[in-house]
Amino acid sequence: MTDDVDATAPLIKLTDVGKRYGNVIALRGVSLSVAGGEVTCVLGDNGAGKSTLIKIVSGVHRPDEGSFEVGGEPVSFASPRDALSRGIATVYQDLAVVPLMPVWRNFFLGSERRRGFGRIDVGFMRRTTKSELLEMGIDLRDVDQPIGTLSGGERQCVAIARAVYFGAKVLILDEPTAALGVKQAGVVLRYIVQARERGLGVIFITHNPHHAYPVGDRFLILNRGRSVGYHDKRDITRDQLTALMAGGTELEQLAHELETVSAGAARELTEEAKDLGVTPTDD
Amino acid sequence: MAQIIDVDGDAAGAAAEGPSGGGAGGADERVAARSPLRQALGRPELGALIGAIALFVFFSLTADAFLRTSSFATVLYSSSTFGIMAVAVALLMIGGEFDLSAGVMVTSASLVAALVSYQLTLNLWVGVAISLVVTLGIGFLNGLLYVKTGLPSFIITLGTFFMLRGLNLGVTKATTGDVATNSVADMDGFEQAKTVFAAQPEIFGVNIYITVFWWLAFIVVATWLLLRTRVGNWIFAVGGAASSARAVGVPVTRTKIGLFMGVAFAAWFSGMHLLFAFPSVQSGEGVGNEFGYIICAVIGGCLLTGGYGSAIGAAIGAFIYGMANKGIVYAGWNPDWFYFFLGVLLLIATIVNLVVRRRAETAT
Repeated sequence: MTDDVDATAPLIKLTDVGKRYGNVIALRGVSLSVAGGEVTCVLGDNGAGKSTLIKIVSGVHRPDEGSFEVGGEPVSFASPRDALSRGIATVYQDLAVVPLMPVWRNFFLGSERRRGFGRIDVGFMRRTTKSELLEMGIDLRDVDQPIGTLSGGERQCVAIARAVYFGAKVLILDEPTAALGVKQAGVVLRYIVQARERGLGVIFITHNPHHAYPVGDRFLILNRGRSVGYHDKRDITRDQLTALMAGGTELEQLAHELETVSAGAARELTEEAKDLGVTPTDD
Repeated sequence: MAQIIDVDGDAAGAAAEGPSGGGAGGADERVAARSPLRQALGRPELGALIGAIALFVFFSLTADAFLRTSSFATVLYSSSTFGIMAVAVALLMIGGEFDLSAGVMVTSASLVAALVSYQLTLNLWVGVAISLVVTLGIGFLNGLLYVKTGLPSFIITLGTFFMLRGLNLGVTKATTGDVATNSVADMDGFEQAKTVFAAQPEIFGVNIYITVFWWLAFIVVATWLLLRTRVGNWIFAVGGAASSARAVGVPVTRTKIGLFMGVAFAAWFSGMHLLFAFPSVQSGEGVGNEFGYIICAVIGGCLLTGGYGSAIGAAIGAFIYGMANKGIVYAGWNPDWFYFFLGVLLLIATIVNLVVRRRAETAT
């Protein structure tokens, strides 16, 4: 899957990046690169440093250590607007949409197309919204419906389509599947693949290895602010990824704790851990 | 909710089986499948329109004098004086804010023009211009206080409401020794200004105040602004979800301040009408009208939470207000009942709007 990626400078390259808030070290020694037409998944549990990492890439924070290059050039963003002007767009969990407004108004909100005298080009914006969404595979009945009436997955997709239309080269998706059901998550994953096929670089933040594995080309696993693994897809299986994510030893510890409460659940968990190849021997 | 959408692919397979049926066809067929009735149900002004028609029929049947052209001109005039303010207040409410100082601000505007012109013996047009600057300044201050403190606009404008109310009375008494200003009817520029703000051209044999036409102009401009300009997009966005709007680059603070100044502009205009229609200004006037404007906007479909509503709806709301106000008189009832009537109308309209909006959002 990664074979068709070209060998020129990656769109984004982080080398040994670190960030501290006061005396708390949020991130240390993390490296990451994203090329066009490639999906890099960042996995980690809550508090692993995922948010800090995106905030650095999207221009909210500056890294304290390490280097940050965009298209081979070292950069230092002062604000998210700087990042945006370099083609790095972030789709946050709350999506930045206004629920009661029509889909097309949301699509162009803040970047309305005008025809002089402050007049907006309604026809153009309606058509463009429809065709852009169609290209992403969303066939909307009516772009005039309030965006709040769309499902969570579709709203995600509108936000993604908006970022792509306004010139994003790199998309950062912050837990786009976290609040979604199985089917809806599937829809979003398909759009991630579509964005990749359009040649965009995608950074996909998630804590679900089952969502990450099918679409990802590379996987960065974070734990407590450190990288615990950075692998190409061909070097890692889904089970190994899950095991790295879950942290084998922690899973085993949980099994022990549960044993005092419910022997059945603990046995199941132990089995699971064994299947994943993270438990050395039977206890 | 999800059934409105139809995404190609099995993920949303169930969507094709929505109540309107025929979901499997091409996009254009499905758009046509949405009936005009359903589209009408999605309009914010629908509830108000039904209410206006019902009220019109009601008063036509119960009050003989109601259908006379002269009566209708009076109803329209009453509607217009509230309607001009209601349109601006509706924009502000769509933008998610309140202005409780709007009622007394009208009085302040006419007092400023009257006192400045009279005390300094200036041409009235100078007073009119100074009044515009002062009133816009009050609106700007309302907006600035809101933006800087982050307090609810309800509280901030409640404060300016009391301040203006006190200033109106205090300054007038201090300068004229009376609660009303001296008449400006014989001053330079009065006749000219009267033709602009308070003329009564004869149409179909009745004299209609020019405010009716100004009201229509306000409706047209506000509607165009809301639906066809970038600023309109921003107004809906700052009222619907201010943080999202900020995230995509909408200038939230400028938009909000602008909306407060829009109300101030309408207040200035209404104040000028008062001054040139009734040349001696009563400084205690205007108290309580702010709720009238809000009621007009809400009857017209504006949500109290912001992000939804229309200028046309607010205009229809003002028309309902005018009909109820004058209709009760024509029906020969005690005008005290007007407020009871208004309360009932407000409740009914709000409930109708709620139901209409829910249906429009969940069914297709």
